[in-house]
Amino acid sequence: MIYVNAFILGGFICLIGELILDNTKLTPGHITSIFTVLGAFLSFLGIYPKLIEWGGAGATMMISNFGNLLYQGGYEGFHSAEILGFASGLLTKVSAAVTMAIVFAFIFAIFFKPKD
Amino acid sequence: MDKDEYKKLVKEYTPKENKMRNAIIAFLVGGGISFVGQLVASFMQVTFGMEIAESYVWLCILTIFVASFLTALGFFDNFVSKCGCGLIIPTTGFAHSMTSSALDVKKDGLITGLGASFFKLAGSVLLYGILAGFFFSILGVIIYG
Repeated sequence: MIYVNAFILGGFICLIGELILDNTKLTPGHITSIFTVLGAFLSFLGIYPKLIEWGGAGATMMISNFGNLLYQGGYEGFHSAEILGFASGLLTKVSAAVTMAIVFAFIFAIFFKPKD
Repeated sequence: MDKDEYKKLVKEYTPKENKMRNAIIAFLVGGGISFVGQLVASFMQVTFGMEIAESYVWLCILTIFVASFLTALGFFDNFVSKCGCGLIIPTTGFAHSMTSSALDVKKDGLITGLGASFFKLAGSVLLYGILAGFFFSILGVIIYG
């Protein structure tokens, strides 16, 4: 059942993050950065696509998927555009998420007041 | 009261962070988000006939929208401090960090505020993600061809 797998995988990734956050002096900024790099590394090892196959949204909704998509973009970029593809292909797959995050954050920042 | 006694007293009254409880909450919240996300993704695949990869992109955009909106309404900071990594590690954390820093700095103006500090918190994810993706993908091509 992919729903149960998603729950287990997503929960497990967040659990690891929380354990690091509580037991070290690292901040959330450190942890999200580490997980992104780790995602790229797991993708390099060929593990991340398998995690997505097994756990679906449990893997794709995590920040580590950002690293995974960057790696996939660079790797597939090379195969479609050779050496230039590393640069031109790297951001293709994360483009949707980054663009929309910027658009939404900007619009909401303009129309809403900060709460303190 | 001497120093040691005082230290003991302080220690006694400092609220203890319950690590076990935090870990369980992070697991349940992160798992819950993934579970709901999978429901939404499967729903989109069946109803709109999307491919699997496409549905995950839409799911990501939806998550970002919801997280940004809740941040703008002022609910999300509270949720994040309660759920910890359960909300920080999913894409919600990325969207939250962008929207909250954008809200914080907009009083400083469009360029010197928003423009200069928009990526204050999300910047490290972008920076190290892009660096890692770049070098690992070169390494990947060298090794796997």
